[in-house]
Amino acid sequence: MNRMVPPPPTPSHVTEDGRAIGPVLMELRNITLRFGGVVAIKDISFDIREGEIRAIIGPNGAGKSSMLNVISGFYRPTEGEVWFEGARRPPMRPYKVARQGIARTFQNIALFSGMSTLDNIMTGRITRMRSSLLSQALWWGPAEREESAHREAVEKIIDFLEIQHIRKTPVGRLPYGLQKRVELGRALAAEPRLLLLDEPMAGMNVEEKEDMSRFILDVNDEFGTTIVLIEHDMGVVMDLSDRVVVMDYGRKIGDGPPEEVRASKDVIDAYLGVAHD
Amino acid sequence: MFYREAGDFKTSYRDDSQTFPIGFDRYRYYAVLVLAFAVVPFVIDDYWASAIFVPFLIYAIAAIGLNILVGYCGQLSLGTGGFMAVGAYACYKLMTAFPDLNIVVCILGGGLVTAAVGVLFGLPSLRIKGFYLAVATLAAQFFLVWLFNKVPWFYNYSASGQISAPARSVFGLPVTGPGVEAWAQYMICLVFAVVLAWAARNLTRGTVGRSWMAIRDMDIAAEIIGVNPLKAKLTAFAVSSFYIGIAGALFFAVYLGAVEVGEAFGIQKSFLILFMIIIGGLGSIFGSFAGAAFLVLLPVLLKNVLVGTLGWPTDLTAHVQLMIVGALIIGFLIAEPHGLAQLWRIGKEKLRLWPFPH
Ligand SMILES: Nc1ncnc2c1ncn2[C@@H]1O[C@H](COP(=O)(O)OP(=O)(O)O)[C@@H](O)[C@H]1O
Ligand SMILES: [Mg+2]
Repeated sequence: MNRMVPPPPTPSHVTEDGRAIGPVLMELRNITLRFGGVVAIKDISFDIREGEIRAIIGPNGAGKSSMLNVISGFYRPTEGEVWFEGARRPPMRPYKVARQGIARTFQNIALFSGMSTLDNIMTGRITRMRSSLLSQALWWGPAEREESAHREAVEKIIDFLEIQHIRKTPVGRLPYGLQKRVELGRALAAEPRLLLLDEPMAGMNVEEKEDMSRFILDVNDEFGTTIVLIEHDMGVVMDLSDRVVVMDYGRKIGDGPPEEVRASKDVIDAYLGVAHD
Repeated sequence: MFYREAGDFKTSYRDDSQTFPIGFDRYRYYAVLVLAFAVVPFVIDDYWASAIFVPFLIYAIAAIGLNILVGYCGQLSLGTGGFMAVGAYACYKLMTAFPDLNIVVCILGGGLVTAAVGVLFGLPSLRIKGFYLAVATLAAQFFLVWLFNKVPWFYNYSASGQISAPARSVFGLPVTGPGVEAWAQYMICLVFAVVLAWAARNLTRGTVGRSWMAIRDMDIAAEIIGVNPLKAKLTAFAVSSFYIGIAGALFFAVYLGAVEVGEAFGIQKSFLILFMIIIGGLGSIFGSFAGAAFLVLLPVLLKNVLVGTLGWPTDLTAHVQLMIVGALIIGFLIAEPHGLAQLWRIGKEKLRLWPFPH
């Protein structure tokens, strides 16, 4: 993918497998989110560094998806601040957040069911489309060149995700695992700086999980994309992530490298104890 | 055996996204165009023009317009008749205020004014959806018809309250006013229909079309991946109304010549065009033509067969027609929301594999 990468930041941290973790890309400061009486997120702060895979774990209802919704601008936090690229982000509509280079997938697949795989992924590039309505109507000059150029980028994503065979299939007809993959493709098409994945492996079999893990690692490795990953499978989290935030009942009860988090007593009590049977 | 994609390899993305990827489809399309431009004009007479071809082409334009809004963008509208009236009255005011202005410009002007009015009435769609939006557009329908009836400025204070199109020509050929030749009426409608259908096809396969469909399929996800819902919905209202306005202008100036707003552009018109896209196929340009053809031909056919041949009374035939259309609407809505266009596609799919169904 010919990606416009900003000059590489001076690595402030290098993981065991040699990937560079850069300076802070996003910082969440004292986020609280209430729905009427329900407190979904309670005074949580953490940061996301450039180039890392940051996992968020916690039992159902802990507030993980709500946190992604705050990051992607879909929920406005009741209190607290979101800092992105060194500046405080004012409240803004989700499509503007997308334009800043934040893309995501959804816990319950949210594809455009009437459109083909190709069109779904092409739609992911909408933030980069510039041609006017008139030139699109005439399918002429800039509009046509733009369409071809974006199509080329999208074909690379289709190759990368190994979904060439379903390019023209309406996504509504695809099996669940492939839909998840197309949704990842749609998010990748935006060439985001920050990619948010909400349980990308939920409901998958072992083989599909392995494929998805590989794609996530490759995206992070090859394009240097920063990833926030919500995942239930502890094995996967241990393998993929650089740092983990643990949430429970809307509070943060742990934050650090996976091994450290796994060893923490609070975390074991609240979550791992249950998951480990 | 001729309908095949084998051996029809695409060497560029441009070729791959063309309208008719299969050669055979492309040739059939060219054949239809040749027939429409080079044969029909020479054989058409007044009856065929006024009973079938001219209304078919005009309704097809309106149906494409409504399909952009309803079928592609998922915003239900019951104001089509009212918007056609805007196109007709805007065209009329332009024709009478600037007698030297070319009629084509007046018709396009009618479209542009309707686009602006459409955007205005589309604004509520940013807040309300589905049933409530439909009711808002229904209000627009009644308001617009009332407005054109009530304010004499719109009909230039004529005693009858009607508007009638003065004589105008294109390249010296009269297309409006008394005594226009059938083939001239047909040709101007054909040119508008072909150009507008082609533009609609381009819009719906490109960026703006994808943003419309994204809003239709899942508006929240669309916004989160970067579709500006305001822009997507309002462009859909604008483009849709532009088409419907042009259809209204043609309906008034070229087809009827004189109209009384409640009669020509009442709520029945809104439903007629909605039925066309439901029967023809939501989200399909071809379906817009198919639906328009079907609902234009059906009454003609029933009249000829039931009244002409079997000698049934006219009012009974009219009831039979209503029942057929009603049953079809229900049938399509339940069984095949993509309408005739989808049946056509399925038929082709079968043909493509024939004689080896697996
Ligand atoms: N839109 C909403 N309205 C009301 N309550 C909500 C809404 N979204 C989330 N919640 C509540 O917030 C809490 C956290 O939910 P969620 O973020 O989905 O948890 P998780 O993703 O960790 O399973 C739950 O109690 C849920 O019911
Ligand atoms: Mg969740």
